[in-house]
Amino acid sequence: MDALILTIIATSIPLLLAATGELITEKSGVLNLGVEGMMLSGAVGALGAVLWLGSPYFGIIAGGLCGVLMASIFSIFTINFMTNQVATGLGLTIFATGLTGLAGAPLVGKTVPSLPKIEIFLLSDIPFFGEILFKQDFIAYLSVAIIIFITYFLKYSKSGIVLRAVGDDHQSAHSVGYPVKKIRWYATCFGGMCAGIGGAYIPLVLTPHWSEGMTAGRGWIALALVVFASWIPWRIIVGALIFGGITIAQLVGQARGWPIPSQILSMMPYLATIVALTVISGRISKSNSVVPASLGKPFFDTQ
Amino acid sequence: MLKFCMRIFSLFALSASVVFFIFNSAFAGKPTKVGFVYLTTPGDHGWTYAHELGKQMVEKRFGNDVKVSVVENVPEGPDATRVIRELAKQGNEIIFTTSFGYMEPTLKVAKEFPNVKFEHITGYKRSKNVATGNIRFYEGRYIQGVVAGLMTKTNKIGYIGAYPIAEVIMGINSFAQGLRSVNKDASISVIWANTWYDPVKEADAAKVHIAEGADILAQHTDSPAMLQIAEKKGALGFGQSTDMSAFAPKAQLFASINNWGPYYIRKIEELKSGKWNTGDGPNHWAGNDWGGLKAEMLLISKFQNMPDSVAKKAQEALDGLKSGKINIFAGPLVDNTGKEIIPAGKSLDDGALWGMNYYLKGVNGKVPG
Repeated sequence: MDALILTIIATSIPLLLAATGELITEKSGVLNLGVEGMMLSGAVGALGAVLWLGSPYFGIIAGGLCGVLMASIFSIFTINFMTNQVATGLGLTIFATGLTGLAGAPLVGKTVPSLPKIEIFLLSDIPFFGEILFKQDFIAYLSVAIIIFITYFLKYSKSGIVLRAVGDDHQSAHSVGYPVKKIRWYATCFGGMCAGIGGAYIPLVLTPHWSEGMTAGRGWIALALVVFASWIPWRIIVGALIFGGITIAQLVGQARGWPIPSQILSMMPYLATIVALTVISGRISKSNSVVPASLGKPFFDTQ
Repeated sequence: MLKFCMRIFSLFALSASVVFFIFNSAFAGKPTKVGFVYLTTPGDHGWTYAHELGKQMVEKRFGNDVKVSVVENVPEGPDATRVIRELAKQGNEIIFTTSFGYMEPTLKVAKEFPNVKFEHITGYKRSKNVATGNIRFYEGRYIQGVVAGLMTKTNKIGYIGAYPIAEVIMGINSFAQGLRSVNKDASISVIWANTWYDPVKEADAAKVHIAEGADILAQHTDSPAMLQIAEKKGALGFGQSTDMSAFAPKAQLFASINNWGPYYIRKIEELKSGKWNTGDGPNHWAGNDWGGLKAEMLLISKFQNMPDSVAKKAQEALDGLKSGKINIFAGPLVDNTGKEIIPAGKSLDDGALWGMNYYLKGVNGKVPG
């Protein structure tokens, strides 16, 4: 049983990280559909760094940096040149898919050591829970730390409140003197970093090799997760575990011969997202919106 | 007189060499243009990589006598039609389309270019200038079954399939026949990934199989992810399409390797000599060419990570399949619900293989859909 729970957690972590990053990006009013592309670049960067430098920990840094690099490209276009965010985000994913294929060509067929598990003193000896919660790798702990941090950041810190203000009404934020573009740049790059590390988790822990397009659509699921979580950080953990849990459940169901068609189980996470969307739009009509009001709108600072 | 003779002779030799040169450049100087359409890039280290190796064999064999163009990453569907048409327009004389989903696009373009020869890989529809080729992948699965049956300690085999189509199901059933030929207690459980390629999902499926007690894994998906998980968790498994021992030196028992090169070379030679045909022969179901171990379109890599006694049994199975002594689907066959498929004395023909929608004895559960 604990082996299955460990698998669920491992499969959820890339989603969790990418969705958390995207949440911050969207809270600042930027819709970056390039998550899939940023994850891919994180994956290829991480594997390249490990092969070059040896330690899997360099892979985490490189993955994050590659994600930031991709997010910067996106920021230049959408924030400075004010291009359409949806089109640019899609373009980023397509671009990154090609670029990582090219950059990853020399990495094909190579394998790297996995990120080691870190046992937390004493806690890891607790039966069952110690095994699943306190014998994880560095990125797993990091992702929980990031969630706790951004929950605090968005709710209680001044910068977090400014970030939300920029995302909700960029004109007002601008007129009281906040640097809208700069804040959006930071938020987008943070999103890129998280997506990059999330992507890096795939070759560093899940399947230690590079193959083209190996994220296989997880970036898109991360985008759906942000909506599912209705822009509330802790719900991303729940959402990611549900997504991961259902993915594994349908595999277990097949191995054990449950009489439920696997396609129905595969469908569930998406169904849940649609339900979440419906509930959210219901709330919007009660003028209690959770969606950042300026989401996806370009900001012109001359006004 | 002698001088005169010498002069005549040298003139003759000279003119002969000139004629030979002209003749030579007219024929050998004009290379045969060959096109390839790939589903992904050779970077998948599986299906497309195997085709890439085949292409390289073509280039090595013919050198300057062929000019090869490759288009990678071609999605199945309307895009494929466009790409194949473009290759035909560029004057390619023979075009290999290397994925099942290119079937309709290939036929469509073939109609527009009646003088171009098309080779569709793994399809079953042919026309005047469309031939089809396929490999008897299932023969390798039988040997996998034999090895799995001898190596398993838990008697649980985990199998990861892509889609529940005949091609994959006959592989599972062939595996089961091999398994039960040496071990009547072992059984196979199947997880359908519903994708040919998603390393993380393939890895997850492998982890679930191991958590459920399987100690031998087999796959009919494209990435080396399953073997990597086996390596990490101390299980064993088989490589797919190409030798994957670099990813799992301790876990790979052997790999079934798709060897397209000889097929490509033969078809190009036939084209050059004007003998190319779509030959609606006896192997109608899988195409005019459905070669396996005997035709060396399917190769078996080194047997490793197993005791010599098991390797010997595996070699016996390999030899038996090559010589035709082993008939995998010989009756009596019953499916896993006990229904008789074919009585003793008869065996399934190729058509019956392509109609498989049931599991044979030894496989758990039932085919979805």
